[in-house]
Amino acid sequence: MKKLRKPTEDPLLLKLLLGAIAIAFVGLFLVLPLAVVFQEALAKGLGPALTAISDEDSVAAIRLSLTAAAIAVPLNTVFGVCAAWAIAKFDFPGKTFLVTLIDLPFSVSPVVAGLIYVLVFGAQGWFGPYLLDHDIHILFALPGIVLATVFVTFPFVARELIPLMVDQGRDEEEAAVSLGASGFQTFCRVTLPNIKWGLLYGVLLCNARALGEFGAVSVLSGHIRGLTNTMPLHVQLLYDNYDYVGAFAVAAILAMLALVTLALKTLLEWRYADELAASHRH
Amino acid sequence: MSAIGLPLSFRRRRTLPGFRLSLGFTLFYLTTLVLVPLLALVIRPWSLGLDGFWTAMTSPRVLSALRLSFGTALAACVIDSIFGLIIAWVLVRYRFPGKGLLDALIDLPFALPTAVAGIALSTLYAPNGWIGSILMGYGIKVAYTPWGVLVAMTFIALPFTVRTIQPVLAELGRDSEEAAATLGATRLQIIARVALPMLLPAILTGAALAFARAVGEYGSIIFLAGNLPGISEIAPLLIVIKLEQYDYAGAAGIGVVMLAASFLMLLALNALQSWAAKRR
Repeated sequence: MKKLRKPTEDPLLLKLLLGAIAIAFVGLFLVLPLAVVFQEALAKGLGPALTAISDEDSVAAIRLSLTAAAIAVPLNTVFGVCAAWAIAKFDFPGKTFLVTLIDLPFSVSPVVAGLIYVLVFGAQGWFGPYLLDHDIHILFALPGIVLATVFVTFPFVARELIPLMVDQGRDEEEAAVSLGASGFQTFCRVTLPNIKWGLLYGVLLCNARALGEFGAVSVLSGHIRGLTNTMPLHVQLLYDNYDYVGAFAVAAILAMLALVTLALKTLLEWRYADELAASHRH
Repeated sequence: MSAIGLPLSFRRRRTLPGFRLSLGFTLFYLTTLVLVPLLALVIRPWSLGLDGFWTAMTSPRVLSALRLSFGTALAACVIDSIFGLIIAWVLVRYRFPGKGLLDALIDLPFALPTAVAGIALSTLYAPNGWIGSILMGYGIKVAYTPWGVLVAMTFIALPFTVRTIQPVLAELGRDSEEAAATLGATRLQIIARVALPMLLPAILTGAALAFARAVGEYGSIIFLAGNLPGISEIAPLLIVIKLEQYDYAGAAGIGVVMLAASFLMLLALNALQSWAAKRR
């Protein structure tokens, strides 16, 4: 007997068509670019790729990227936790507006993110003359790179935690406080265990973006080889100098980092779905 | 909000500690790192005077850069909305092997640094690249033309449409579709008349997010587009060029136009969300 199709199920032909379109689009636009990175990195074999990565300037770029992320990510994590605590656990006027402002850096172009700090700290900027007089370097140095990274990764942890903590409500914390726990104890023993996977999720995305940021850092770094070039900037420098193996070898490290991030993210979504913000539950 | 209008002492006491500390730090951090620098941007172009600002913004090079960025971002967000909808539909409604992998891959443009995407796309679409050589056979040139801008923007913005539509579709349930089916509607009628209208707020929200991301994108585009002034030069690149020429006010002018666009998108998104909430 012919098996009947459920009325809310698509006909087989439509299924095949849409499935093929989806897979073709993802293959063409996402898989091919990823594949070409590794193909080009290994175009002359593993040896030249490894040499390019262990080059002095490449190592300096990797170190600088890690340093910038190691400063920016914890800062934004503390901010995210504070913002989520204030927004989820208390009522105050202008809350919606505050959430919108926290999201703002997401919709600002990375180049504009770099530009605003040039206007504040640059030679013709607000504090430029003062910084020059006191020999303080912000632009074209580590502080500028960190500022750019902080701006572009600003909302990641906050926007992960805010919906999650709003969902969880205040009852558990209020109970803990009424039983005599201090604020810090309440946070560590009650709130943190509830939000730890959401927090990790936010930190993971924040870190990936911090290591990969290009536009904002590019405006503020000054591109000094071996000194203020982060990994993505070093990729550009090598690529512009026609050192394709080198460029793609460093790019391959970043691509592997991206794949690890995606794998961990997927793992968190599957394993701890109930403890993440509702929009990530599968 | 019954507390409004009552004297302070009658308001519900805040039981949890840390309100002042957490809100204070949040506001301080937000103000110093985001709001004050943005203020510096908004103030800057007016050093040219209103006329000077207008002249700078309507120069042919600036106008064509803005037109290219906004026009192409619009095209990219339409493409991504259509394919994003199809991908979300396939991921939520169908079961097939490898679905988890497809699902995880969608976020690649989030995770892959834009510079890496840029050199990869540039290599693929170059006249001797895997895709570029095929397209050249049909006389289509992508790399170093405005089409390159479109390809890069489409790549970068795809996750925004898929990830906005997907959770809404998953929660939609099939009650209305079942009802429509019992009333004799064909499957295609059900999709077009029942499912899609319910998804409309999510589709529009995704499109707005994709647009905001695409219009500001820099890293992946500059490698692919060739950056010819007036032809394939995007607005963010023109900001960088003006900065390198120490034309701070000119750079800030374009920055303000782009920031105004971001604000409008945020307002549109908020309006969309309240509209969607009302429809529920």
